Parts: sequence; structure tokens; C-alpha cells
Amino acid sequence: MNPKTARLRVRRGIADEPARYDEFAVPFEDGATVLDALIWIRVHRDPSLAIRYSCINANVCKECTIAIDGRVLYACTTRLVADKTMVLAPLPGKVRLRDLVAETRPPRERTP
Amino acid sequence: MTHLDTDVLIVGAGGAGMYAAISAAREGAQRVLLLDKSLVGRGGATIMAQMTVAAALAEESDDDWTRHLDDTLASGRGLCDEALAAILCEEAPIRIREMGGWRVGWARRDTGRIAQVTAPGHSRPRCCYVDFLNTGPAVAATLRRQVSRIDAIRRLSNLTVTDLVTADGAVVGAIALDTAAGLPVTIAAKATIIATGGLTRIYQRNSASANMGGDGYALALMAGARLVDMEFVQFFPIGHLAPRLVGMDPIMWDPFRYKLGGRLLDGAGEEFLARYGSDESDAYTTPRDIATHAIVSEVAAGRGSPHGGVFLSFEHVPAIELRAAFGPVIERLAQNGIDLARSTVEVSPIAHYHMGGIAVDERMASELPGLFAAGEAVGGANGANRLSGNAISEALVFGARAGASAATAKPVSRWHDGAAAEAVDRIRALADGRNGDECATVLLDELRALMGEAVGPLRDAEGLRYALARLGEMRAALPSLAIAAGRECNASLADWFELRASLVAAEAVTRAALARRESRGAHQRTDFPDADAALARRQSVAMDRNGAIAASFGR
Repeated sequence: MNPKTARLRVRRGIADEPARYDEFAVPFEDGATVLDALIWIRVHRDPSLAIRYSCINANVCKECTIAIDGRVLYACTTRLVADKTMVLAPLPGKVRLRDLVAETRPPRERTP
Repeated sequence: MTHLDTDVLIVGAGGAGMYAAISAAREGAQRVLLLDKSLVGRGGATIMAQMTVAAALAEESDDDWTRHLDDTLASGRGLCDEALAAILCEEAPIRIREMGGWRVGWARRDTGRIAQVTAPGHSRPRCCYVDFLNTGPAVAATLRRQVSRIDAIRRLSNLTVTDLVTADGAVVGAIALDTAAGLPVTIAAKATIIATGGLTRIYQRNSASANMGGDGYALALMAGARLVDMEFVQFFPIGHLAPRLVGMDPIMWDPFRYKLGGRLLDGAGEEFLARYGSDESDAYTTPRDIATHAIVSEVAAGRGSPHGGVFLSFEHVPAIELRAAFGPVIERLAQNGIDLARSTVEVSPIAHYHMGGIAVDERMASELPGLFAAGEAVGGANGANRLSGNAISEALVFGARAGASAATAKPVSRWHDGAAAEAVDRIRALADGRNGDECATVLLDELRALMGEAVGPLRDAEGLRYALARLGEMRAALPSLAIAAGRECNASLADWFELRASLVAAEAVTRAALARRESRGAHQRTDFPDADAALARRQSVAMDRNGAIAASFGR
């Protein structure tokens, strides 16, 4: 039996570069999350993919909030779906820094 | 280039860093700069703490801090720095009550007393918490709120300190990579506090946040400070293994064992801790080092669970008691397909905390003028095995001490741009990207697997030597690794600096582990399975001018 895969279409680019999407196929395991897949992509396909996360699995830091199929969700608690393509974009309504990273730092916490 | 100037620089904004900032301002520092490579008060270990905080509050027993100290020293297996451990135990109640005054929300009994439970290794009910599984987030939120009220504290997020700057043998500031912009930032500081937490992220199975890659140890070593106890990595025995559980920290089972007991079972469904000299027939009492050793030994003997751990069972607990103890967590478990009344879960040891760290005195001053440490980055207080509940206490107590000491320290040397030039040039050169065959992101993944296999809970000389050889190759490869183009939020660039630091931290652990030819606490050698009374003393790790790292039992 072929191992299952999940597919992610990920919005790429620095700042206000024109929209571009890269599609990745990732191995699907039961229970795996979108963040698991993004970390897998960074190691196995494209280390330059920019994502924001800190606590990895505990869902306490809330840094991995992105738009998944148009809904604002945590990448660390959203499950992958086998044989389906999910579309990922940075948080809407924020300045986009790169790929899936939006400017979520409070203004006073940014380097001048 | 951005240049910042401050009285007290604090690297890392978890519990220790935030408390240090509050304390430094309270002691009169006019300008306190609090940095985090993640977001201030969001990253680090504190916010992830789901368990308890140890302090001899004597709310539920005839406790006092000397009894807490006795338990801490016993857990440390003869290696604790007694002066540091005494500070931790004596000042923990002050900090815990101060946090209570800041409305952290410690769980209370109906009588209004702060609830205290007995975690393994404690002789009395001493560990307070915030329900349910909310201790760390509540502590972090409370400290964030206090920090934000103090005008003297300036917070900056997404700054990764890559190097400390020294002049005439003293630390005079730091160089940071502004990860958002991909640019270097220079920071002159009269005093610098390392509050970066530990190194558990260098292990594949870890309960860490993404930024616990050992940076603080590497920064201190590279600047010329000394580390102690680096061989002692605490593996939390019952980290969640299977089925896949999302939205919860993998160490979340422990508080429920305090409340309900729970049974650890081998692959055949039999209790096994008694074979390792621990009796849990009455209560959950097995210390972390012994439980970890028992579990990995069962798995090595072929008696593990399907995913390579053991089973944790609450099946014998009535459903009404499960619901009372777990509260809303029952629903979160159900969302993950887990019903504790009907099935077991699989658990196995997971890198959780580092006992080793920067050698400091009672003021939290390192041996380098101008450099202080706080929290998990400090070495010595917990010896060979940290007592449950001492990590948050240590973050708060050592943070408060370090902040006060740094605020009143007299600088012995001054910043000059020449001392910072090499580190600034390195960031500029790397930030433009470059081609290469290998990249740091892939090597970080390999490093974590290597450390888990060869420098994990069970060690031997052959594995440790293999690890050292491979770590050396990776360190030698750093100058030629590929880095992606594009300065802004360049994850590949951030990974290069993380790998550089993690390799230094990993080598410090491995060299100390190879040199300690005995088994003690968290350091278990299959080729030296017994403790050696002659080795009941601390090891130091230092780096020479050529970058060579060495461990020694002398100073």
C-alpha cells in the first residue's frame, strides 16, 4: 500500500512581493498537524520556508497562528488531512514579513 | 546599524528574565533591556510549565525551607551546590507569595489556603500550582503584566544574541541578529544577564520550546565563562508518546499522577518499578532519575510498549474521580481520541531540563566581570537530579537575585566597537546567503537524533566517543554550510546560529558525560553502572582560545 500524503499550498515571498504559492507533498501520519508538516518541509524540502512558532506542541505560545483554507487557526492544533490540499497563508490584516510570518510583534517590541 | 545602550541587558524573556528585569528596575536600574529571540514572555520554558512550583509555604504541613533544602540535596545525589540550593529553598516562599500578590491565581482549598501537593522526592505537601495545567501560562502572563507596567524596562522581540562582547576580560555587551530584518544589532551594557533557559531542544524527544537550543551555555563558554554539571540532563520519565496528542505539552501527565496515582505498566501490562527498587503501591513517589532509568531499561530489555515506551494507566480510577481531577482536560483528551477510563496511553522519557549551567556565586555573578546568569542557565543548584517543582522556583528566585546584582554592579571595562567587529561582520557575511552542500536545518535534525541515541538517558564510552566525533565534524562544517538568500525572516540564517550554539552545548554535555566514569542521578553509564564515591564532586567545562572544549574535575 502506498503511504498516504497530505498536500500544502503555501504562500511564499518577502514583504509585499507578488503572491506566489509553492506546493509540497508531505508524508501523512495519523494525528499529525499542519505545524508538523511545516517543520518536515523545512528539514526535507526547503529550509528557507519562514514560519513562526515557539512551544511546538503545547498550544500556549500562540505564535503559529496562520490562515488555513481561509480560516485563522493554530498550525499546531490543526490536523493534516490525507489526500487533500490545504492552502496556507500568513495572518490576514497584518503586515507580511515573509512566507507565513506576519508582523505580530507589539510595536514597542520591534527593533528601531 | 542599530546600536543600543543599556544599564542591564537581559538575554531571554521567560520567567527568570522577566523577574530579573523587574528586580533590576526595583533596585534602581534606569535602563533595562529585555530581549527574546521569540516574542517576549511567549517563548522559553516557563510558559510551558504545566506542573507545580515547590516552596515551603507551610500552608498544608509543618514545613520550612530547611526541609525543602534537605529534599533538594537528597535528590541531587550528593552534587548540589549547597549555597545555591539554600538560596533557592529559602527565597522560594517570598517569590511565590509575591506572585500571589500579583494575582497569579495559585489553586486554593475551600479554606482559602494555597493548595500544596506532594510531588515525588518531597517529604511534605509543598508544591503549588494553577489549575488546570495552567501554572506556566499564568506565571508568564503575570510577569508580562508586571514588566509592562515598569517604564525602565524596554522589551525587544525577535532578537537572537549570537555573541557576548568582551573587553579586558569583562563582558561589556552583546551582538544580536534582528531575525525580522536579518541585520546585526550592537548592544553596550554595563551588566549582562543570561536567562536563556536550557538545552533540551538539542534532543529529538523533548518537552522544550523551539528556543531552548543551549544558546546561553554557548554564549558563556565562548566568552570565557565556566560551566558546571553539564553531563546532567534531566529526562522527564513519563513524557507522552502515543497516541498523537496535540495542543498539550507532552509532560502533562504528571499533575494527574499527583492527584490520582496512576500505574506504570510494561508491554505485558505488569507493574515493573519494584524491580528498580521503587514501591508505588501507596502513592506516586518514584524520583525522575530512577523512573527514567527503569523505563529505558525495560524498553532495552524488549519489554516496552508498541511505540517504544511503557503504558500509563488510570483505568482503575472511577470516572467521577477522573472528571474531578482532570476537569476540562477530559474534553481535550477526548478530542485526541483518548478515554482514560477505557484505555492506557504510552509514555517514555523526554528531555525536560538541564541541571548543568553557568558557574555563578550567590549573587548570580559568573567568574567573568559583567556577566550574570538566572534560571535554568545557572548550574549547580540541582546537582545530578532536580527535585520536581524546583524549576519555576529557581527561575523566580535566581531571576530576582541576578536582576538586583546586575543593577548594582560596578562595570570594570567599557564597550568599544572594535571588540564587536568580528561578530558583526559574521552576521553581515552570512545574511547575504551562500551556496553549499549541506545546511544547518538538516544538521540540527541530525544533531537531535544523535544526542537522543548516544547522549541520552543511557550512555556508554563507545556511543559518547562516536557522538564527539560527529559533533566535531559538524562544527568543522559550519563555515561552509549553505544559507538561503533574503535577509528578512531568514529561517536558514537563524538555524545556522542555532546550530553553532547547539553544537557547543552538545559537546559540553558529551565531554562531561564521557569523563564521568560512574552512574549518578540523571547520568547513567551502562559501562559504569554504579556510583563512585570518589566522584561525588562537580565537573567544570571550559573553552580555550582555539575553541576547544574540555571537561575536568579540578577547576
